[in-house]
Amino acid sequence: MELMTIATLAAFSPLVGAALAGLLGWKLGRAFAHTVTIASVAVSLLASLVLLKEVAAGNSFAGVLYTWLEGQGWSIHVGFLVDRLTAVMMVVVTFVSLMVHLYTIGYMADDPGYQRFFSYISLFTFSMLMLVMADNFLQLFFGWEAVGLVSYLLIGFWFKRPTAIYANLKAFLVNRVGDFGFLLGIGFVFAYFGTLDYAEVFTKAPTLAYTGIELLPGQSWALGTIICVGLFVGAMGKSAQFPLHVWLPDSMEGPTPISALIHAATMVTAGIFMVARMSPLFELSQAALSFVIVIGAITAFFMALVAIVQTDIKRVVAYSTLSQLGYMTMALGAAAYPVAIFHLMTHAFFKAVLFLGAGSVIIALHHEQDMRRMGGLRKYMPITYATVLIGALANAGLPPFAGFFSKDSIIEALHLSATPGAGFAYALALAGVFVGGFYSFRLVFFAFHGKERFHGEGDDHGGHGAKGAGGDEEPGHEEFHGTPHESPWVVTLPLVLLAIPSVAIGWWAIEPMLYGGWFGQSIAATETMKEMAKEFHGAGAMVLHAFGTLPFWLALGGAGLAGYLYLVRPDLPAVIKAKSGALATVLERKYGFDDFNDWFFAGGARALGGGLWKWGDRTVIDGLMVNGTARLVGWFAALARRLQTGYVYHYAFTMIIGAFALLTLWYSRI
Amino acid sequence: MTQSLPILSLVTWLPIAFGVAVLAVGNDRSPAAARWTALVGSVLGFLACLPLWTGFSTAPGAGMQFEELKAWIPLFNVNYHLGVDGISMPLILLNSFMTVLVVVAHWKVVTDRVAQYLAAFLIMSGLINGTFAALDAIVFYVFFEAMLIPMFLIIGVWGGPNRVYAAVKFFLYTLLGSLLMLAAFIFLYHKTNGSFEILDYHKLPLGMTAQVLVFLAMFMSFAVKVPMWPVHTWLPDAHVEAPTGGSVILAAITLKIGAYGFLRFNMPIAPDASHALAGFMITLSLVAVVYIGLVALVQADMKKLIAYSSISHMGFVTLGFFLFNAEGVLGGLVQMVSHGFVSAAMFLCVGVLYDRVHSRQISDYGGVANTMPVFAAFFVLFAMANSGLPATSGFVGEFFVIMGAVKVNFWYAFLAATTLIFGAAYTLWMVKRVVYGEVANENVAALKDVDARELVFLVLLAACVLAMGVYPKPFADVMNPTIHELLKHVATSKLS
Repeated sequence: MELMTIATLAAFSPLVGAALAGLLGWKLGRAFAHTVTIASVAVSLLASLVLLKEVAAGNSFAGVLYTWLEGQGWSIHVGFLVDRLTAVMMVVVTFVSLMVHLYTIGYMADDPGYQRFFSYISLFTFSMLMLVMADNFLQLFFGWEAVGLVSYLLIGFWFKRPTAIYANLKAFLVNRVGDFGFLLGIGFVFAYFGTLDYAEVFTKAPTLAYTGIELLPGQSWALGTIICVGLFVGAMGKSAQFPLHVWLPDSMEGPTPISALIHAATMVTAGIFMVARMSPLFELSQAALSFVIVIGAITAFFMALVAIVQTDIKRVVAYSTLSQLGYMTMALGAAAYPVAIFHLMTHAFFKAVLFLGAGSVIIALHHEQDMRRMGGLRKYMPITYATVLIGALANAGLPPFAGFFSKDSIIEALHLSATPGAGFAYALALAGVFVGGFYSFRLVFFAFHGKERFHGEGDDHGGHGAKGAGGDEEPGHEEFHGTPHESPWVVTLPLVLLAIPSVAIGWWAIEPMLYGGWFGQSIAATETMKEMAKEFHGAGAMVLHAFGTLPFWLALGGAGLAGYLYLVRPDLPAVIKAKSGALATVLERKYGFDDFNDWFFAGGARALGGGLWKWGDRTVIDGLMVNGTARLVGWFAALARRLQTGYVYHYAFTMIIGAFALLTLWYSRI
Repeated sequence: MTQSLPILSLVTWLPIAFGVAVLAVGNDRSPAAARWTALVGSVLGFLACLPLWTGFSTAPGAGMQFEELKAWIPLFNVNYHLGVDGISMPLILLNSFMTVLVVVAHWKVVTDRVAQYLAAFLIMSGLINGTFAALDAIVFYVFFEAMLIPMFLIIGVWGGPNRVYAAVKFFLYTLLGSLLMLAAFIFLYHKTNGSFEILDYHKLPLGMTAQVLVFLAMFMSFAVKVPMWPVHTWLPDAHVEAPTGGSVILAAITLKIGAYGFLRFNMPIAPDASHALAGFMITLSLVAVVYIGLVALVQADMKKLIAYSSISHMGFVTLGFFLFNAEGVLGGLVQMVSHGFVSAAMFLCVGVLYDRVHSRQISDYGGVANTMPVFAAFFVLFAMANSGLPATSGFVGEFFVIMGAVKVNFWYAFLAATTLIFGAAYTLWMVKRVVYGEVANENVAALKDVDARELVFLVLLAACVLAMGVYPKPFADVMNPTIHELLKHVATSKLS
């Protein structure tokens, strides 16, 4: 088969699945819905694997599907660019998606929206594939917005819950703020390059990137910087970077399978992918890279801190995702693009494991998400426990799990990078490793070890405040009775299948991916990568070397502290919390971003809108001008009516005065 | 070039003839005859338009097509002159299509004076087609003014409780504007030594003062129609009081006539004034986008919200035009057609709810998705189109206007792009409060999902919205040659 045909099949097969499940699912039933969507995603995965094999053999290609629109001297089309970067993303996306499809059969078994859910996640897979396979900015933007749409639909999947429909609106709007920058970035590309095709833009970029643009009078910026910052603002929205991160924790209102698929493994990494894709542009702007690295560093460290005070199991994982995304962003800023993609890939697997494992616990406890009502689960759910443990080990970056290789490479890249701000990022990245080790194992110990608290014996272990993490209390929670059971095979199988790469893929992929020139032309080659290659002596050596380095001991220290606080002295966290007062409050209120945004942006926009409507439209325009004119006319009419007295001599007198006036005018003119 | 079959006359007079026929067969006790006659008339009217699309030449310099020219009032050299180009032809199609939808939509809803209601719409449809096709200033003016009468009646007779205030406001606002336009026509008639040919006006050299005066006179007329800030306040009132069909035509079609006027009259007749006043026009447009976007956010009435959203979206149209580049004008034109689909769909959706609950207040709803899942799916789709999501028609126009704006001035683009946030905010916040959540009250609990008739127009509009978003090329191919000609014409000064 033609490669283009295979690519088309890979992208559109999930769309067909989604359409069938969505349009006919209500009639043909649940089995039909999951069969058809799983089959369609499986086809997509197979096609992606074929393409991966082809690009590995050097057969990268680009092709046009159809012309979307054309004008004077430009044309925009829908087409695919399948190179090594794309192929890696395609395989990651379709593999995780397939696992999540499978898992959903078990997780959503008793949900009335079963068919709708399958339709949505297949639609998501299609959108994500369109995003990663795009060969031009317009299609990228289409995929970008389409994944946002499906994310919106899925966060609000349980649309009766007020928190869910608050969260999905928030997610959409915050993403729109990012898209605002993204679209303006695209606008600059179109205005100055006259095209939206990647290939052409990258070719022209070195000559145009330093064109000075005066955005404010007397202040000139380089075109490349403006474009890259604009695009990155989009990435900040989609990949939940500070300060646009606020939507991701709330997105946990959606069902857990999509937290794994969309809000951990794939969609939120779209921003990372995009920057890597645009690496030829970012390479031309040191200023933009600096911006990227600082934002990434702030996100990586400060979001990790929030994770340690969360008691909702999904929110812990969500904040850990934010932090990991920050690590990827730092790698981008350090111009180590392949490292970012490498971490994206390992993270996709181990974070999917963590989320799906959390989901497995949540269904075992009948939709209990609060870790204060868990504990001691490992003996009831051995498979879930083992896989979550693997996920935590990988997340903490302990060797030889997948996360170790990617996270250590990032830290190495920060160390070697010449980007201004890399030192700052390096410090925060190291500190983040300690925090990461802590929150990862806090989750494991809190939920799976210790006393069993799911019968509601009132053991307020940890005692992280009765408020939970702000706004996500579950009112009227039923007490759980009985014994938790391991989940059915449709749930555990994906866990195991995802745990395998969480263990092994780092070891196996680091050498070819980072140093074997895997990405070839698809990502810009950089100094940072060259420097790193000099230091790299094989995966085995890297593991051995790690035992003597700071990151390893920091991660281990974090894990050890978690063990001490949650296994040995479970009474301590409450004491620490009470003593740390203000700091704990700041973290529990998530630095106050939500409150500020609600008050300033949401409230401010409503107040401004209300003011403009009341004063602008109703008082000034309608009241004064429109109805005022009407009143004025009425007043004149009343006046004119008085003149019409009906006496002939009044009219005659008026006529004479008028005639005199006209004559005067006439003469004075001459 | 004279066609063997006068298609433009057909699309103008056929609906009017059917409108008269509907009045003739109309009978309040059994409105079926009127309804079917109207349906046949509107469908035939739409079919009659199709040759315009299929036979349209996109060759460069094709100019006006399907022209018809007959003397009408020889004394003043007024000719019955019709013709379309890539700007007007899609609007005629849009209008004829909407007329079919309005007839379908009224079916079970309007039970009072059905024949008169339908006749008003059919006659208006013909008059609007005539407005778009007119190439003679007087013919244009006659159609333009005559069109007000059926709309005035639709609002005034079938409207809500405050319909008389709204109808009079609508009528006076639009009438005052158009009187100045007539004055401008008479001025141009003298300048051309007795011609009412619009195309002659395009070629007429004019001094700057004359251009500015002509521009402003016509501006008064068209700005009210669009409507541009600050002469927009008639629109929310008119929409709130108008019956669903009236809102659909008002938003989808009549607003477009104002924007069309800028392209057909202001820019080519007074190109130098247009350039000189571009900053003024762009400012008003951006105020519409930003200010009105914020105002839409706080509306408690769904129709008012959509009305304000219409003004904001029309701001994009006028913004695109006065950027004077191909992207901007194309974006504006595409936005006109797209907004026709999307605003019609939004108003019809509100109509679907209103027919069941008899309230337009957002607070009277909540959790509609529980009882009307199919409707909710369509509502969310159209809301997304209204927020300008890619792959819907709403995206294409906004995208190109923003692309065009970056070329001219970054800050124009910056302000225009705020619609990404505000547009999504006011639309989806409404969706949240109306569609999502628990069932809010017994009215919502008693809702029945859409029936076959409603499904017809929802599916048709959804198909249009998606088709134009996924594959806008056919539309743009029709518009582009005309845009090219127009921009070339406008770039040439008339002063020397």
